[in-house]
Amino acid sequence: MSELSEHANNIRKNILKMIHHAQSGHPGGSLSCTDILTALYFSVMNINKENINDVQRDKLVLSKGHASAGLYATLAEKGLISEEELLTYSQLGSRLQGHPNMNELPGVDMSTGSLGQGLSAAVGMCLANKLDGNGFRTYVICGDGEIQEGQIWEAAMSAGHYHLDNLLLFVDHNRLQSDGFNSEVMEIESIGAKFAAFNWNVLSCDGHDVDALVAVAKYAASCKGMPTVVIAETIKGKGVSFMEDQPDWHGKAPDDAQLAQALAELGGEQ
Amino acid sequence: MSKRATRAAFGLALAQLALENENVVALSADLANSVKSSAMKKVAPERHFNFGIAEANMIGAAAGMAANGKIPYATSFAMFASGRAFDQVRNMVGYPHLNVKICASHSGLSAVENGATHQALEDMALMRAIPGMTVIQPCDDIETQQAVKAISEYDGPVYLRLGRNAVEDVNDADYQFQLGKGVIMHQGSSPITMFATGAMVQQSLEALELLKEKEIDPTLINIHTIKPLDEQLVLEYARKSDFIVSLEEHSIIGGLGSAIAEVTAANCPTRQLFIGTDDVYGESGRYEQLLDKFGLSAAAVAERISAFSKR
Repeated sequence: MSELSEHANNIRKNILKMIHHAQSGHPGGSLSCTDILTALYFSVMNINKENINDVQRDKLVLSKGHASAGLYATLAEKGLISEEELLTYSQLGSRLQGHPNMNELPGVDMSTGSLGQGLSAAVGMCLANKLDGNGFRTYVICGDGEIQEGQIWEAAMSAGHYHLDNLLLFVDHNRLQSDGFNSEVMEIESIGAKFAAFNWNVLSCDGHDVDALVAVAKYAASCKGMPTVVIAETIKGKGVSFMEDQPDWHGKAPDDAQLAQALAELGGEQ
Repeated sequence: MSKRATRAAFGLALAQLALENENVVALSADLANSVKSSAMKKVAPERHFNFGIAEANMIGAAAGMAANGKIPYATSFAMFASGRAFDQVRNMVGYPHLNVKICASHSGLSAVENGATHQALEDMALMRAIPGMTVIQPCDDIETQQAVKAISEYDGPVYLRLGRNAVEDVNDADYQFQLGKGVIMHQGSSPITMFATGAMVQQSLEALELLKEKEIDPTLINIHTIKPLDEQLVLEYARKSDFIVSLEEHSIIGGLGSAIAEVTAANCPTRQLFIGTDDVYGESGRYEQLLDKFGLSAAAVAERISAFSKR
């Protein structure tokens, strides 16, 4: 297993432990974007203990805020918060709110939770970075169900209009949402054609190949004059056999036996 | 006496502020010419961003700019800034307490002929209910210009409520705006205190003249900052008054009158005449006609206060 894949595996285990401990959270969508988070935090974004409180730096907006466990587990894997703190997830008094709160936790770059809003915030960050000429990049992860929100397309229109080539959006294309398959709830295809129509550079990638995700993010940085969207082909619940592609695991916590099985599938306790 | 709409004063002050502070940026949703942020576009075009007719995205982008250290002035009509984009204002600006200034024109009945769809009579109620949101409504040119600058020096979310129509200057040239502080416009001899905000300050001043003829002489206080309310001043005058009057170009549900009653009810229960629109929508008409119809004109105000004093 490559070093990046090991990070991803550790993050997955922590996601499951957190959600199990809290008996609350969204495992399916956290596991589907784990490899994207790994690529960004371990190989693409310039973020570390020294610059974490900077107002200006590379930033991630987790627009699908319900995947908060994925973000917190990634920050812990990166050494920016402790693993012990992960077990406070969504409990009274915790910095790790059920949906991320930027005022509570350094490393959360935007408060999110109400779907469809994160891309707009990223547009604002990119415009500010352009004004300042600082070269920082802003990354966004949206769910595929999330792009049913109209605000996403307002934001997409504005990012194309302002030629925001310092913006990279990953659509976590796991084909599932709370009520079932996207195609049954509300068809969103063709995603790429929709973004292309708003003057975006459209790429796609295996959303579970961390090396490929790193490569596509680095390539996107070389694409000038327009924002880039990467449609990351993912599996909801990736890495845990009984969660994969199962709508039931959108917002459900595993019990003790399920946690044990899931951790065993991911290589057991460290 | 000069006469200028608070939205026009806003545009002038924003342009001046942009020259003084390079972190100031303006956002518009296809209403730059109406809300008058267009004045800033002339002096700092690179910091004036139009988002098209898409208020939700505009407020979200303002949040992102603030997160990166800018001081965004996001502009629209009050109806759309507070209503269309409520979720974005609440979750992206209010909850993270970001330094976004939401500047909302055509508030109250001042959207005039556009009618009820454009007349925001609920916006103060909505914005006031958001934890940490400051809500300001200046009453004239001078106060608006100072408020625009003052809020740039305050780090946090602000809702600045502006009107479409020209209002007379009611403050002197040496007026000093202080965020959160009420202003005594007239010290009366009757045990009645009027608390007015925005354009109702001017109507109230005119009402005072009419009330004089009936030998009623209330005190008039301008409450430009609805939240945080100047509780000390409100209570000081409530204690001296047989009854108090709240005056706002807004529904009597949830605005200035409610804010005052929330304070007096707990500390100094005082009879209160709520002057605002009742639980109704507005309609098309000229400004003066609408003020009259909804009981907000100087004549209507004087009549209502006189009647209430006899109860």
